[in-house]
Amino acid sequence: MSTLYYLIQNMLPVAISLLLVALGGMFSEVGGVINIALEGIMLFGAYFATLFVYFVQDSGLNPQTILILGMLVAAVAGLIYSLLLSFAAVTMKANQTIVGTSLNMLIPAAVLLFSKMFFMSDGITTSINFYIRKVPVLGDIPVIGPMFFQRTYLTVMIGFALLIISTVVFYKTKFGLRLRACGEHPHAADSVGINVHKMRYLGTSISGILGGIGGFFYSVGIMDGNVNGHTGVAGFGFLALAVMIFGQWRPGKIFLGALFFAFLRTLAYSVSLIPFLANLGIDQTYYRMMPYVATMVVLAFTSKKSRAPKAEGIPYDKSLR
Amino acid sequence: MQDRNSDTNKSINLNSIRKNIDFSSFTSALMAILLGLIFGFFVMLFAMPANALAGFRYIALGGFSRLGDVFYFATPILMTGLSVGFAFKMGLFNIGASGQYTMGMFFALMAGFMLDLPNGLHWIVAVLAGMVGGLIWGFIPGFFKALLNVNEVITSIMFNYIGMYLVDMWVRGSSTMYNSTITRTNYIPQSAQIPSLGFTGTNVNYGIVLAILIGILLYIILQKTTFGYELKATGYNKHAAEYAGMRGKTNIIITMMIAGALSGLGGAFAILAPSGIPGSSMTYEPVNIIAANGFNGIAVALLGNSHPIGIIFSALFISHLQRGGTLTTLVGYKPEIIDVVIAIIIYFSAFAMIMNAAIGRFIKKRIKKEHTDIIEDIKEEIDNIEASNNNSKEAE
Repeated sequence: MSTLYYLIQNMLPVAISLLLVALGGMFSEVGGVINIALEGIMLFGAYFATLFVYFVQDSGLNPQTILILGMLVAAVAGLIYSLLLSFAAVTMKANQTIVGTSLNMLIPAAVLLFSKMFFMSDGITTSINFYIRKVPVLGDIPVIGPMFFQRTYLTVMIGFALLIISTVVFYKTKFGLRLRACGEHPHAADSVGINVHKMRYLGTSISGILGGIGGFFYSVGIMDGNVNGHTGVAGFGFLALAVMIFGQWRPGKIFLGALFFAFLRTLAYSVSLIPFLANLGIDQTYYRMMPYVATMVVLAFTSKKSRAPKAEGIPYDKSLR
Repeated sequence: MQDRNSDTNKSINLNSIRKNIDFSSFTSALMAILLGLIFGFFVMLFAMPANALAGFRYIALGGFSRLGDVFYFATPILMTGLSVGFAFKMGLFNIGASGQYTMGMFFALMAGFMLDLPNGLHWIVAVLAGMVGGLIWGFIPGFFKALLNVNEVITSIMFNYIGMYLVDMWVRGSSTMYNSTITRTNYIPQSAQIPSLGFTGTNVNYGIVLAILIGILLYIILQKTTFGYELKATGYNKHAAEYAGMRGKTNIIITMMIAGALSGLGGAFAILAPSGIPGSSMTYEPVNIIAANGFNGIAVALLGNSHPIGIIFSALFISHLQRGGTLTTLVGYKPEIIDVVIAIIIYFSAFAMIMNAAIGRFIKKRIKKEHTDIIEDIKEEIDNIEASNNNSKEAE
């Protein structure tokens, strides 16, 4: 039982990071913009938030307050960076995949450049401890307590809150419906007076906010509050895209997908703690590859009947109506 | 009469050059480069204002002092650039050049260390082995795309990671290849190294010659063969090509295999190249990082507008920038500044064509406006003359 608790406790921060970024990708794509740049957005958000944490960590603030402030910094940074994508993809009608790739290439290089010049290292190292040993009251509930409220991070609870907000916005608001219309049939949306360019800007901006937060949560929950330009976010932006496709662009399924991938990853990194797997004597590298291989297997089975937004990746041109 | 004829001919020629798609992509590439360099300069100014000018001079001109190295380091990115560009012609985005490159490199290393062949033959076999390695890794995304409808971008990215983890594990597991004290691969045997071209002070080797020849060969395939025609037709309009009876699925797989083979060759050329110290070769350090040369290939392909000949020149240009970038360390910058510049160049080249067209329209409008102004002036003049004529007539 303690192994199970351990796995769940370690899985949740990973899952939340994936979940938020995948939800971001979803908001961008249902609006019609392919967001390959999530990897770059994550690292950008994580870098600025960590930089912020680095400067305030000695000010005596409560770590959880710093975490929330850092989250806001990450959201703003992600939003600003995503505007570069929106500008190129929506206003300039550029190829969205190429723009995304260039944005992904820019950030690791910039992070390395500035970290090497100003910090003499590959990234930023902070010494603050965001870890929560046990949430008062809630942590004492049997079964649920140890699973969700012990040895965890505040990020997990914020992540669940953001999931609920996203779901409501997606299904229950005028905005969500209009955004989806812009990704399915922008010309029809335009004909009833929806400003397609504005909706697409909003969709990508939300994805920038969630991507930035997801990046910061990655560095909090997985990298112990550090950021590194070399490994970046280790392909989590791309994994999130796979999670999003796995979830067929729907929040609920995306959540399940994120849990699945996070479980595989956690398993890969805790092989030595599980006697059964450790005794098999398989090289650790195979386990490290597992999330990526699983992505391929899942995509192979789900892509045939894909429910991708129909106008995804196609710049909106009014004159083609 | 004769004069007028030649005059119209001339104007048609000028127009056809201006409207030529290659020409406009050339000017838009130039614009992207210019914007990339300007932004790079601002980044340098922001990072360290005092040395920005000196650093920028190194980036712009530094490569000229090391031409041999420019060619040496252009070889791998030329191959990955050709790989990405070739897939682009078919409308596929081969972001997996990194994984294919790494796989090719590993196969070349295997052939170099494990086979025992005579001097002239060994390196050729090793290069071909690299090609096969890349080909296999290119086949997978093609297969997934053609038969299972999985987006090739996601597949390639996943297989970048899978390939990188596999190769690093295999390299670390082989005692012949891996030297654990320096945590890098050993130097490969002399017979497996690509022969140097013999210029003093540099190790530029037959790799670059072969790479350029392959580029020209690709140009011929694309322009002069049925396969090349089908490929481009599919790239322009998938449904029309399918309707015309072209085998879209087979072509996707073949294209990805060729693209993979090209990247694999890039990896082979890179790892089999002799390095600065006599008798040594390039080495590989398995540190779980995706090969950067694959992503630089995307930049090369975009700058060259996916045209094989254009890619040859853009690879040399990017390599020139990179050499200059390493020189900026002399004034306190880091070589990563070049990756920043390259990323910005790609960003702009994604919509440079559109920007170019907009500027062209603007200029045209100006010229047209001047034209109409002149014509209106003349009309007014004529009206005046006619009016005065009428007046004089009335007076009579």
